[in-house]
Amino acid sequence: MNRIRTIIDKEWAEVFKNRLVLFTVAFLPLVFTALPLGILATTGSLMDTSGDVADLPPSLLAACGAVKPTECFQIYLLNQMLVLFMLMPLIIPISIAAYSIAGEKTTRSLEPLLATPITTLELLTGKALAAVIPAVLATWGGFLLFVILAPFVGASAAATGAILSPIWLLAVFVAGPLMAVIAVNFAIIISSRTSDPRVAEQMSAVLVVPIIAIIFGQLAGVITLNVQFMLSAIAVLFVAALGLMYLGVRFFERETILTKWK
Amino acid sequence: MIKMEGLTKTFPGPTKGTQITAVDNLTLSVEEGEVFGFLGPNGAGKTTTVRMLCALIGPSAGHAHVNGLAVGRDDTAIRQTVGILTETPGMYERLSAEKNLTIFANLYGVSDSLGKAGEYLKLLGLWERRHDPVGNFSKGMRQKLAIARALLHAPKVLFLDEPTSGLDPEAAKLIRDFIEELKSEGRTIFLCTHNLDEADRLCDRVGIFKTRLLTVDTPANLRQRLYGRRVVFHLRELNPVWVELARGLPFVKDAQAVDSKLVISLDTPEEHNPTLVRTLVGAGADVQFVGELRHSLEDIYLQFIQSEVGAA
Repeated sequence: MNRIRTIIDKEWAEVFKNRLVLFTVAFLPLVFTALPLGILATTGSLMDTSGDVADLPPSLLAACGAVKPTECFQIYLLNQMLVLFMLMPLIIPISIAAYSIAGEKTTRSLEPLLATPITTLELLTGKALAAVIPAVLATWGGFLLFVILAPFVGASAAATGAILSPIWLLAVFVAGPLMAVIAVNFAIIISSRTSDPRVAEQMSAVLVVPIIAIIFGQLAGVITLNVQFMLSAIAVLFVAALGLMYLGVRFFERETILTKWK
Repeated sequence: MIKMEGLTKTFPGPTKGTQITAVDNLTLSVEEGEVFGFLGPNGAGKTTTVRMLCALIGPSAGHAHVNGLAVGRDDTAIRQTVGILTETPGMYERLSAEKNLTIFANLYGVSDSLGKAGEYLKLLGLWERRHDPVGNFSKGMRQKLAIARALLHAPKVLFLDEPTSGLDPEAAKLIRDFIEELKSEGRTIFLCTHNLDEADRLCDRVGIFKTRLLTVDTPANLRQRLYGRRVVFHLRELNPVWVELARGLPFVKDAQAVDSKLVISLDTPEEHNPTLVRTLVGAGADVQFVGELRHSLEDIYLQFIQSEVGAA
């Protein structure tokens, strides 16, 4: 445990001196939190009007029940924004983790590190946690800010209730951290196979594709984010996270990294 | 302390199915408290050997034991008991010198990591710069810091890969003096170097290596084996008769005239020099001074490496 703590301490001390990474961790949650707040502020003025909501997905209309059509529309828009809180824990740790192995290679600091008695599992766990913890905390911080400010920028009572519904809570507090774990382990695997942190970062960015697919699926009415969907997604994410953690350790070949990297 | 038997390392070659042998059948022992110089040209396989002995990479064949621990079986324990100075310092440049050392002290499980880091920072004259980012350090300062990092956990065996490479003479001397201090503490040091003068000064024994071990002995014995011992008599002027006179002495193996000097080969100059001096002075030679002709380790090294190249 002490060695894992040391690696986390080292990563934070080093990575957060990198302005690009610091900017990603601090700025991205602010943007991703401001975006849904802006939408709430815009749609808040519509609350007193009656609108035609016939184009909304039938499953959502059924879920809205007795809620006014305009409130239902606000919930619909908010549900599109939920994906932003799932993107945050995916994007933030990629920039941290991409530097974790490939960055050590560019500074040639990996060999002295591997010469210590640290095990591969301890090393990768430390590096993964160093990236996951800030990403998850930044996401949760953004969400907390969103929950506090939403009523003040025009969220209806029904919309505020929707933000604190099981779908949102599962997405932010369970799916989000799992996505962070997946992103970090994926970035570490890529990072172990390339010697350039930028290549690792760019290749890892491919992970956002499934999330973008969910956004378009929602917009097209093909996917409706409900509890059942979220629980199924969490099960898939859990298996993927375990699989990638296993592969991360398997793919981290000390000998290959030391002798093949130029 | 360090034992290798038939240690071999091969890597996949550039074309499919081919292999490159980096270390070939290396058998060698280094005793406790010994400073062993591992000499060889670039690409000879020195760093690969050190990496195997530090349990960073596994051997393809053969066995090695460090501190009684088997490479390939007790790798974590080996890494706990050895210190390594890698070819490049590899410090975390954004972090301070103190932070760099405390991180490694913690990874090695040193109880008072901050105290130990401070101790070495003071010892190597870096205390005043302890809060500065290592990125601002000179090459010599980084090298000192890297040596301190290798020593934090008081390893019994120390592997130093080119410790003075690229340093200015002052920094190189400081590092050499520090290695001498470590030697006096009785640590076993495995020193890879190109600096043959450094090896001559520091090492109890040296091994000349180019993929395989070409020779191993003390520098003095290597000189003796290759060139024998020679004494130079500087004379005011040289009379060819004195060359013949010297050759006639029973303990003299050879005598040569070089300019106004008389170069005499013999096994035990300590015992026979007085007789030689008396004989030459008695024959009328004006002896200005007498000295032993020392071949540098560089001569020995080049002789072995060139004969290896010739054989290849």
